[in-house]
Amino acid sequence: MRLTLAIAVVVLLTAGTGICETQQLVQAGSLTSQNSTIDTGDTAWVLISAALVMLMTPGLAFFYGGLVRRKNMLSVLMQCFMALCIISIQWVVCGYSLSFGPDKHGIIGGLDWSFLNGVGMTPNAAYAPTIPHEVFMMFQMMFAVITPALIIGAFAERMKFSAFVIFILLWATIVYAPVTHWLWGNDGFLKNMGALDFAGGAVVHINAGMTALAAALVLGRRQGYPNGISPPHNLPFAALGAGLLWFGWFGFNAGSALKASGLAGNAFAVTHIAGAVAGVTWSVLDWLRYKKPTTLGMITGAVAGLAAVTPASGYVTPIGAICIGIGAGIFPWLVVTCLKTKLGYDDSLDAFGVHGIGGIWGVIATGLWATKTINPDGADGLFYGNPAQLWIQLKVVLFTVVYSFVIGFVLLKFVDVVIKLRVSEHEERVGLDLTQHREAAYTLID
Amino acid sequence: MKYIIAVIQPDRLDEVLKRLEEKEIHLVTVSNVVGRGRQKGIAEVYRGHKEQGSLLRKVKIEIAVNEAFVEPTIKAVIDGARTGQIGDGKIFVLDLPECIRIRTGEKGNLAIG
Repeated sequence: MRLTLAIAVVVLLTAGTGICETQQLVQAGSLTSQNSTIDTGDTAWVLISAALVMLMTPGLAFFYGGLVRRKNMLSVLMQCFMALCIISIQWVVCGYSLSFGPDKHGIIGGLDWSFLNGVGMTPNAAYAPTIPHEVFMMFQMMFAVITPALIIGAFAERMKFSAFVIFILLWATIVYAPVTHWLWGNDGFLKNMGALDFAGGAVVHINAGMTALAAALVLGRRQGYPNGISPPHNLPFAALGAGLLWFGWFGFNAGSALKASGLAGNAFAVTHIAGAVAGVTWSVLDWLRYKKPTTLGMITGAVAGLAAVTPASGYVTPIGAICIGIGAGIFPWLVVTCLKTKLGYDDSLDAFGVHGIGGIWGVIATGLWATKTINPDGADGLFYGNPAQLWIQLKVVLFTVVYSFVIGFVLLKFVDVVIKLRVSEHEERVGLDLTQHREAAYTLID
Repeated sequence: MKYIIAVIQPDRLDEVLKRLEEKEIHLVTVSNVVGRGRQKGIAEVYRGHKEQGSLLRKVKIEIAVNEAFVEPTIKAVIDGARTGQIGDGKIFVLDLPECIRIRTGEKGNLAIG
């Protein structure tokens, strides 16, 4: 196992060196002729946005980390940060090319851009004509990183670290790359169908959320679930993480305009509005049902609202964002607080309930409230006289829900058969920090 | 020699320490503990999941004293900790067979103060 890994790394590195040399030559030749199309304002904004989206993964680590028990804190931080490292490498090696490379039958990109071959300082007109191609690639890399990290919420506190590493690599390649290509790749079949997914309601949230549900089912419940599980060990960390996510989301959604433009400004506004409205909505529901508004409920609602507005952020007005925010407070709340308990699956930190349901609602809602007055390159939704768009959005939901759930399920079963997904009962009791990493998050005695 | 253990409401600690100080009882050990008495806990709710029978935060005070100080200690703790509400806590008094000061090796009544 270890030997194979070492050989793989060596092979990849050697292959990479060869390609790098030719790539630099290509760039040098084309640099002068096309340099004039780069807009410095656009480039600056997308660079900053990429950094904002990068910060969401550590933010997610603290959001999730605060919700687990003390003994599993580091395992969650480690899984998030390791996703940041591993998926970044996978993105360079083949992930970016499979997602955005030259189209193969509308299903997936070719391997032409492996090792970022040809992805340099000149813009790619099809994706972002005013920023360097490499900047677009980096912006997209941060999406590819956080999406598998979102799934951690479903299998937290019981998955083997080795199984996690293999699983996210397979998932990023076999699930994330094609779904991204369908919606965002040049000539992807859903994109050509007229699908609207501005910043990843389907690509990121449905995609991660549905595989999260598969993970909860394949792994089974944690020992003692539901009544023997201690409450979140550090809600202040969860609130800090939610704050970082919210902050990063401005890069996620407004950055997806790929320009420093009015459209980016509108995406910025509607993102914030939907998050705020969903946070209030969740609190009100908690207040009515459980007599008190909870901190955890408030921040969960905000994250659900931000997830739901993601696909819509480039197409809806502030009024549309308020409606989307209300729905994002209601539907995930119903699934997380009522349905999950009734059905009995253990989606530990509600990756499916918040991101899956929030994403599905958002993609559908885009088909309701999208308007060309916000984005002439988009489409009108049902409430602006175009019911056909709702039908397209429903097809997007159908394709991504089925693909992400089924293939996610199969991949998890595959890894389970090969090396087992779950830690032993004893390891689960002791905690993943000690058994998977030989560390403890907190010392009890100085 | 007696070993006195008092479990009290956390917000009464300062008052109890002040009362003990007034009676010249300086040596105490204090720890944060959780527990459950007749007061019962307040049920917590996390994303709709109710945590049943949750334990309450209390403060535990431990004091080793010579016989002459037993009653003043008990009085000081009661005066400081009593609110009249359910959950004020309890005092346990145990016999203490031995006490040794680590620095000097003194034993018994000498070591305790």
